Amino acid sequence: MSALILLTVFQSLILFAGFFAPYDFATQDREQPFVAPTTLHFIDPQGNVHIRPCVHTLEDSGQGPEAGPTDSGLCYPVHFFVRGTSYKIAGVFVSHFHLFGVEAPGRIFLMGSDAYGRDQFSRFLFGGQISMLAGLIAAILSVSIGIVVGGIAGFYGGWVDELLMRGGELFLALPWLYLLFAVRAALPLHISQWEVFLLLVSVMGLIGWARPARLIRGVVLSAKQRNFVVAARGFGASDAYLLRRHILPQTYGVVVTQMTLLIPLYVLAEVTLTFLGLGVGEPMPSWGSLLASLQQYYVLSSYWWMFLPALLLIPLFLVFYTAADALQEIHKTVTL
Amino acid sequence: MKRGLKPDTNRTEPLLRIAGLSKHYVQQRTFSRAEFTVNAFQDVDVELFRGKTLALVGESGAGKSSLARCIALLERPSAGKIELESEDLLALNRKALFRIRRQIQMIFQEPVSALNPRLNACEIIAEPLAIQREGTQLQQRERALQLMEQVGLDAKWERKLPFEFSGGQRQRLAIARALALRPSVLILDEALSNLDASNQALILELLAQLQVSHSLAYLHISHDLRLVSQFADEVAVMYESRIVERKKTHDLFASPEHLYTKELLATVHSVESILLERSA
Amino acid sequence: MKYFARRLFHATLLLLAVSIFSFAILQLTPGDFFAPMGLNPQISSRTIAGLRSQHDLDRPLPARYGHWLWGVLKGDLGRSFAYNSPVTRLLAVRARNTLLLTGTAMLLAWLIAIPLGMWSAVHRGKWGDRAAGVMTSGLLAIPDLVLFLVLLLAAVRTGWFPTGGMVSASFSDLNAWNKGKDLAEHLFLPALGLAIATLPTLLRHVRSAMIEVLEAPFIQAARAHGIAERRVLFRYALPVAANPLISLFGFSVGTMLSASLLVEVILSWPGIGPLLVDAILAKDVYVVIGAVMLSSILLVAGNLFADVLLFAIDPRIRVE
Repeated sequence: MSALILLTVFQSLILFAGFFAPYDFATQDREQPFVAPTTLHFIDPQGNVHIRPCVHTLEDSGQGPEAGPTDSGLCYPVHFFVRGTSYKIAGVFVSHFHLFGVEAPGRIFLMGSDAYGRDQFSRFLFGGQISMLAGLIAAILSVSIGIVVGGIAGFYGGWVDELLMRGGELFLALPWLYLLFAVRAALPLHISQWEVFLLLVSVMGLIGWARPARLIRGVVLSAKQRNFVVAARGFGASDAYLLRRHILPQTYGVVVTQMTLLIPLYVLAEVTLTFLGLGVGEPMPSWGSLLASLQQYYVLSSYWWMFLPALLLIPLFLVFYTAADALQEIHKTVTL
Repeated sequence: MKRGLKPDTNRTEPLLRIAGLSKHYVQQRTFSRAEFTVNAFQDVDVELFRGKTLALVGESGAGKSSLARCIALLERPSAGKIELESEDLLALNRKALFRIRRQIQMIFQEPVSALNPRLNACEIIAEPLAIQREGTQLQQRERALQLMEQVGLDAKWERKLPFEFSGGQRQRLAIARALALRPSVLILDEALSNLDASNQALILELLAQLQVSHSLAYLHISHDLRLVSQFADEVAVMYESRIVERKKTHDLFASPEHLYTKELLATVHSVESILLERSA
Repeated sequence: MKYFARRLFHATLLLLAVSIFSFAILQLTPGDFFAPMGLNPQISSRTIAGLRSQHDLDRPLPARYGHWLWGVLKGDLGRSFAYNSPVTRLLAVRARNTLLLTGTAMLLAWLIAIPLGMWSAVHRGKWGDRAAGVMTSGLLAIPDLVLFLVLLLAAVRTGWFPTGGMVSASFSDLNAWNKGKDLAEHLFLPALGLAIATLPTLLRHVRSAMIEVLEAPFIQAARAHGIAERRVLFRYALPVAANPLISLFGFSVGTMLSASLLVEVILSWPGIGPLLVDAILAKDVYVVIGAVMLSSILLVAGNLFADVLLFAIDPRIRVE
């Protein structure tokens, strides 16, 4: 139960990423690459205590590029509900408000910055939008195809069923990641980011229909035998009526559980693909691109905060799976 | 004029006549190419009369149910004829079949699976009316409520879901639904088998009332000979996919001819008391 | 035997369909390996066209497929554009490495899953089982990607394990014993990662299979006859539980292959994975198709093996 609440919290964080993030995902600050997470100070350099935290800034030490920036001794207060860069909520509503921010040239990097000085925290939130959206759309696509195919196969049976299920076997016979790669390989590598996103999502969705289809077919087959369907036939009901009124509603349970299983799977698939350089690319943020820099030795050994996105994914998926289990339990108790 | 409800029909003419009905299945053994034929039922000759009940008894198996489904036009037989008031039902095209369907309705053995668990009582009973597009939604609901009263269910329960009813009540729901289209033939496929004794008695009483008030012909399939003796006018015994004996109930109990019938009767104790009951 | 022959036939048809499918998808796209060269003004279009025809890229699709298929039957999987060498040779080496890795990981995973699962089933509900259950759920939640990155981090930070590759640079100079040690050192982390990735699901299934068997009446009867618990467990319960477990084994081959791809890339193990990724980025089509086919074959072979094993062990299947 609490998992579902947590899940909703996470989802809102991501949905309103623009609000919670102090910066846009692409804002760079070349002068502050690989900065460790900013500490919040409640005592300013003059020794006064404030309720409002402030952050120290770094400035050029004037000793050349090798020396790196030093503390400027200035503390910029953190303001709440500031106006900052504009962003879109759900791609439609434009807003300027951010939950918190710091006046330039002060920067607040809650999770540190990357090689280009981009705020990891903001990128994490925005990346969530892309990755989770990909997972959601792909899952919807897979399940929809599964409903259509499984419904037709289960309802009409015979050679149609045989043909469709054999086709499904084809898709199940390949290790899905390999298949995903193969199909990704088929796509041109240099097209616009949105096109890549859409193609990626469609490919993932098109690959994973086989298992939902098989499950839905099972439900349809058993529903077809139920006497209330037979009775309705006895009243002269048409096939379309039977499907719409009696059979498909029985599949709702399976559909929900499949969705809860597939969404995290597809999110991970997108993250993996992007991590390997085969998914969405810059400047579109994705959790995969956040983690991609970790493949480099020097990043792993020197900049520990770059690992934070990876660690944060663990509780997120934990919540996902727990929520999925909870939903399955609920479904089990509801159906007779 | 609605078909089938002519009050001046000659009562000695059969309402539904079945001649030479047969059905077989061809199955394939797993892992081999050999096919073998399974006979569900062969050469069945049956006649149903208005206001009368024909009971079909025999061992539990696919034969009787399969026959019931064929008569209810839910499956196609392999051979034979089904005539409703001299109209050949197997020769009808889709449109005519759609209209004829209202005449023959079926009540199933299991009340749970026969009702869609997601629909409430009113929707279930009104469904045949909705499918056959009879009346407006308001009129359909009114008729559904009427039917509920007729079968002894309180109309206040129209919004309840099937699981909120008891087994006996669910069968009443099924009966109400079957009556919605004003059929002339009702096929009861082991409709009482899943009920306890007191419920059986109640439902039997209801069915008897309805038979009189609506001039229905019943085909009652059962494996329970004792139960059958209480209401059937005629009994047909089915053995190994054929009808081996068909007599008026009293005659069957008094002088059975076929070996199987005798075996069946042997399992029913107190045949004499039954004979006594019936002659009373 | 007939059973086996039918399954084999079935599998071959499936693989054929897979090959057609992959081929069609890969070839139906704009651009090919030599397309980026077109952007370079120094390379004339004549050269590119020549390269194309040299590699048969200008022939129609069905012809190329037929040519490829014919080659496959002779053992030739085409040529890699990037490495300019036969795909078969490339894949053979990589496949060997992947098999080594997945084999070890499988062994490791099952060696832990079976005893632990049995123990969990026997002590069901007690704190030991509950602790194991919590740990399993936790491990299950960790995305494979993150898990492998953590292992990489561990390697980098602690320096206890090599961070990549299959063998050290000085491998050929080592004696036999040290060669083995070197290989094992490099194999350890990837195999461990792979094993941990697949362990939770295996564990859950072993546990539930054992629980289901242990609740069966014939086990109660055995106990009632006074047979020692240990004997009941190993001689009575386990053989029956083996049935669903063998099916699980066939199924787990697929998931393990998918996971192995990732671990190979992250921990730089020279298996099929990194080869495939590079080939995709370069649009080296024959390598991609070869790798996909190979992984399908491994998957189908795994399932087939499981089926045959089941056939041999379960007398009920033979009777049908």
